[in-house]
Amino acid sequence: MLINILFYVFSATLIGAALGVVLARNSVHSAMFLVLAFFTSSGLWLLMGAEFLAIVLVLVYVGAVMVLFLFVVMMLDINTAQMREGFTRYAPLGLVIALIMIAEIAYVVYYRHLDLNAELLVAPTTAVAVSNTKSLGAVLYTQYAYPFQLAAVLLLIAIVAAITLTMRARPNLKKQDISAQVAVGKADRLQIVQVASEKRP
Amino acid sequence: MIGLPQVLLLAGILFSIAVAGIFLNRKNVIVLLMCIELMLLAVNFNFIAFSHFLGDLSGQIFVFFILTVAAAEAAIGLAILVVLFRERKSINVEELDMMRG
Amino acid sequence: MHTLLLTIVLAPLLASLIAGLFGTFIGRVISHCVTIAGVGLSLALSALVLSRMMTAGEPTFEETLYTWMVTDGIHFEVGFLVDHLTALMMVVVTFVSLMVHIYTIGYMHEDEGYSRFFSYISLFTFAMLMLVMSNNFLQLFFGWEAVGVVSYLLIGFWFTRPSAIFANMKAFLVNRVGDFGFVLGIASLVYYTGSLSYSDAFHAAPMIVTHTITPWAGTSWNAMTFTCICLFIGAMGKSAQVPLHVWLPDSMEGPTPISALIHAATMVTAGIFMVARMSPLFELSPTARTFVLVIGATTALFMGFLGIIANDIKRVVAYSTLSQLGYMTVALGVSAYSVAIFHLMTHAFFKALLFLAAGSVIIGMHHEQDMRKMGGLRRYMPITYWTSLIGALALIGFPGFAGFYSKDSIIEAVHAALEKGTVAGAGYAYFCVVAGVFITAFYTFRMIFMTFHGEERMDHHTQEHLHESPAVVWVPLVLLAIPSIFIGGLTMGPLLFGDYFGQAIHVNEANNVVAELGAEWKGPWAFILAGFTSAPFYLAASGVVTAWALYLKWPAIPSAVALRLAPIYRLLENKYFFDWFNENVIALGSRVLGRGFWRVGDQFLIDGALVNGSARSVGVLGTLLRQIQSGLLYHYAFAMIIGLSALLGYLLWHA
Repeated sequence: MLINILFYVFSATLIGAALGVVLARNSVHSAMFLVLAFFTSSGLWLLMGAEFLAIVLVLVYVGAVMVLFLFVVMMLDINTAQMREGFTRYAPLGLVIALIMIAEIAYVVYYRHLDLNAELLVAPTTAVAVSNTKSLGAVLYTQYAYPFQLAAVLLLIAIVAAITLTMRARPNLKKQDISAQVAVGKADRLQIVQVASEKRP
Repeated sequence: MIGLPQVLLLAGILFSIAVAGIFLNRKNVIVLLMCIELMLLAVNFNFIAFSHFLGDLSGQIFVFFILTVAAAEAAIGLAILVVLFRERKSINVEELDMMRG
Repeated sequence: MHTLLLTIVLAPLLASLIAGLFGTFIGRVISHCVTIAGVGLSLALSALVLSRMMTAGEPTFEETLYTWMVTDGIHFEVGFLVDHLTALMMVVVTFVSLMVHIYTIGYMHEDEGYSRFFSYISLFTFAMLMLVMSNNFLQLFFGWEAVGVVSYLLIGFWFTRPSAIFANMKAFLVNRVGDFGFVLGIASLVYYTGSLSYSDAFHAAPMIVTHTITPWAGTSWNAMTFTCICLFIGAMGKSAQVPLHVWLPDSMEGPTPISALIHAATMVTAGIFMVARMSPLFELSPTARTFVLVIGATTALFMGFLGIIANDIKRVVAYSTLSQLGYMTVALGVSAYSVAIFHLMTHAFFKALLFLAAGSVIIGMHHEQDMRKMGGLRRYMPITYWTSLIGALALIGFPGFAGFYSKDSIIEAVHAALEKGTVAGAGYAYFCVVAGVFITAFYTFRMIFMTFHGEERMDHHTQEHLHESPAVVWVPLVLLAIPSIFIGGLTMGPLLFGDYFGQAIHVNEANNVVAELGAEWKGPWAFILAGFTSAPFYLAASGVVTAWALYLKWPAIPSAVALRLAPIYRLLENKYFFDWFNENVIALGSRVLGRGFWRVGDQFLIDGALVNGSARSVGVLGTLLRQIQSGLLYHYAFAMIIGLSALLGYLLWHA
């Protein structure tokens, strides 16, 4: 019963937060609504027994990605006044589209039953012998070891790509040029000057 | 008792809102990125719901990878956004039509 | 034998190449010496071959010398088939060619293209020898086209004259029409026999007759009839039979020696030779022989009429050539192939003689060809006059002269065919050839009288310079005049009634009209005596008398007659409107059709609709589609959503 109440509360909050992301006038507000959406999602996932992922969602998304979003939003000088221009013009169409999609999904879920047997839909047993994190780890490091490595490589590439994209060489920056240092020769640095000896007065 | 249909419907609503957001938002690329994050979140919801109700961990593994990809995507997307803003002093979606045929 | 034949063929070719390629270096004298030596060698060796065949009983030579290629079982070869028929043709060709070579020294001595001319006529000799000596259709076709090319080159020899260029183009195009039929005929034979060689075709002939061709539903042609008519269409082009005769009168634009060699004595008889060579095929198709007969008879009579009104001396001879070719074709039509070849041979001598004599007159008249400006030349050019007279008498078939034997034989053969009923259309042909005798005599002596007799109508300046032509001109005339008198009487017996042709010519027993003539054959003297009492003699005599009366005695009559019979005169003057028809219907129609295809088919359909149209439609489509490509993100998103919804909707209603 408590779970039911929690589910509906979290769901309502999630939908409200999502609407906030879309409708907020200020990008910072949108980002904050998104953070809220992630938090409530995390709660919902906990209800469904995905404890590890719920924690990861909070850590990675709220802790890293959303902070990045906020950084960018605040870094860029965006004229918020014109942000909402033309919104009302497209709102009805957007609403219609959203409603159509919701209707379709609802139809699928409730009237088509997705050909899922009720028996298959096992209610989660409260007493699980092994924790979610441990069982996930057991699968991830055995069966999905290679995809896991690939995911790591993907993240590395993303880091490299992001740095390469945003880095720019500022002309006045003083920095070390290693290749120039290595390639330097004697002639570049040393100048032997013949100095005539002074005559004693 | 909460069942699979309710969760799926929730994910559907979330996805629809995100789609409508992409469509409605004409001025700010950042909000578009956020909407994409929302859509991925909706998809993740489906995976976790099925994983939970079918008792199969593979769904959660998938969510794990989607989170990885989403993080990478957000990082690169924001990097592009920064470069874009540096070039054009604007992130107005309506002005981004260089690909126009 | 092998080397001998190769030498005969290659000597003129070699001479031609030397004169043609190095003519400017070696000079005129060496050019004509080389070519005359080449042709002379050919003549000597041909005569040797002929004598060996006749006396020593040399067997028929048939051998393939060189295989060019083999494709799909069809052999493309060069080979010689030399039997009595070929040997005779070889001697005739090389003899006339040699005479023309010698004559050309005098006729062309002022011309700039002297070496070129010798090169051409030697090349022609080579091509003609290849044609007659061939043992397969490929080589026959090669020779056929090669003589056509040389003919084209020589008609347009004076290539700065527009009329010469027009005439050679006309000859070329008209011959293409004939050659198209010829190629179809050869293709048909290859289709049925799978071989290009004569002997295979002759062996397969009884098999071909059993096939029929259905060009469209409800019609069926006998395959042999189709093949023979196609082959004969080729002969019609080359041998200038109605309606493909139009090029021959115009070909008189070429130098006179050429008119003698190519357009009278040899090349135009290639068609006659070919049909005679194909006698085993033609014997099996009565329909084709009727076709041959009717075409030949029409040519023989109606081309003669045109000779009556022509005023150009060479054109009169040209029309007489057409008419005589018609006679030969008639002989072919009644299965008297040996008679046709016999007439071909006698005609080669006396027609070459007449042409060369006409050329001699033209030299004397300083290249004036209009007979209305001649007259009385007998006193100035006695040798030319007497040789022309011999040629004319031979042409009209005066008893004792060469033409008499052959022409009378043709008339008798047609008569026999009419009586035996061997071929349809013999009645018409008989009328044409008999009436043709009168016409021939009339126009021939009209030419003789207008040129050599009567008052002198040339201008004063020309008259002062009139004299007999040099020896290089009159010697060939004399040399040709001798066979023009005697060759008929000497060879008629063995050629027609002896076993001269043997296996070379095949005649069905039922059609053998020559044998009928042979039954009455009692030697040349008896034939001459009979000739004096026959109808053709009186017709010819009356033709001569009429010509004398109209052009010497009362010269005012012809113009009066022309006025009185204006419609007929106009018909003749326009040559039965063949040229008009060709130019205004066929040529114009082709041009209109071509322009139509160009405008509609090429420019509109292919260029407009296919080439540019496809490009333009892609362009239009692209222009339309690029409207969709706004480059704006939310448009793409919108399209994605629409697509997603639609796909989902479809799955929901149908899955």
